[in-house]
Amino acid sequence: MVLTEEMAERYSRHFVLKEIGVSGQKKLLQAKVLVIGAGGLGSAALMYLAAAGTGVVGIADFDRVSLSNLQRQVIHSSGDVGVDKTLSAEKFISRLNPDVRVILHNAKMTVDNIQNVISGYDFILDCTDSFESKFLINDACVLFKKPYSHAGIVRFEGQIMTYVPEKGPCLRCLLGGVPPRDGSITCSSAGVLGAAAGVMGSLQAIEAVKYILDIGDLLVGRVLRFDALKMQFSAFDFPKSDSGCAVCGANPQIRSLADNRAEYEGTGCM
Amino acid sequence: MVKVNGVQLNIDGKTIAEYIKTTQYDIRRIAVERNGNIVPKSEYDKVVLKEGDSLEVVGFVGGG
Repeated sequence: MVLTEEMAERYSRHFVLKEIGVSGQKKLLQAKVLVIGAGGLGSAALMYLAAAGTGVVGIADFDRVSLSNLQRQVIHSSGDVGVDKTLSAEKFISRLNPDVRVILHNAKMTVDNIQNVISGYDFILDCTDSFESKFLINDACVLFKKPYSHAGIVRFEGQIMTYVPEKGPCLRCLLGGVPPRDGSITCSSAGVLGAAAGVMGSLQAIEAVKYILDIGDLLVGRVLRFDALKMQFSAFDFPKSDSGCAVCGANPQIRSLADNRAEYEGTGCM
Repeated sequence: MVKVNGVQLNIDGKTIAEYIKTTQYDIRRIAVERNGNIVPKSEYDKVVLKEGDSLEVVGFVGGG
């Protein structure tokens, strides 16, 4: 592929990084990354993936922008209240970087559609807001062999890890399954600091770029936790998968998403 | 003594579940690794901690 003069100027700050250079930029421009969830995590991830010149960015969301989103979902604007999040995010990306081709998946990810959606991408970002969707994405990525970034955020804390097939544990190795719903925690009562979501979403974009360029150390077998109040990052090493894991272990019980449908159903917000 | 997230604690003889109950962790939203191996949730009340064990415990949140 040939880079235009305009691209050379736009990405000049990548060219001087020895880990990226012109050849790395070409890899980014040919990469296809899917972001599931254009909310608090997804806003930051999408903005930075677009800025970096990711060739194809897929956005999966079924929701519309509401006013309370704008405290943290910075890819949307006041004028977008009521608009589909996918359209609103696409508008932002087109204005930032016309080199990026945006593909919209205006639907909730389910057992019936997720395989088709993720199949077209090199790397997936889980930017969703419930453990049910996080486990659906995890299991789909394990079953269909896609690398992905997991992250979660609430109040002032979050965690992030990266799954690469065969290289380290998946989310189910670590957590076992979707935790039972705790009636005392709801979306609106728990709250979240916008910039903390931005930090985690930005870290997810960084992992995607590193995966595409094959640079640095990915958070494979490693969970990075962020506490915004203490201003601490803590890393926890879990290098080995759980051989008894129900989806990625030696004798998996989950061999198809349909088999496990009930676990993935449930409403958003933790 | 058992090392938990780098800190030495006097919890020898407790099961993982018993130890977690004394903390602020939500047992359903954590991952636990003992001596380099992930401990499945089903074993939290079976694994008895002993002198020299090293645990990593990390909490997960699910918002986005």
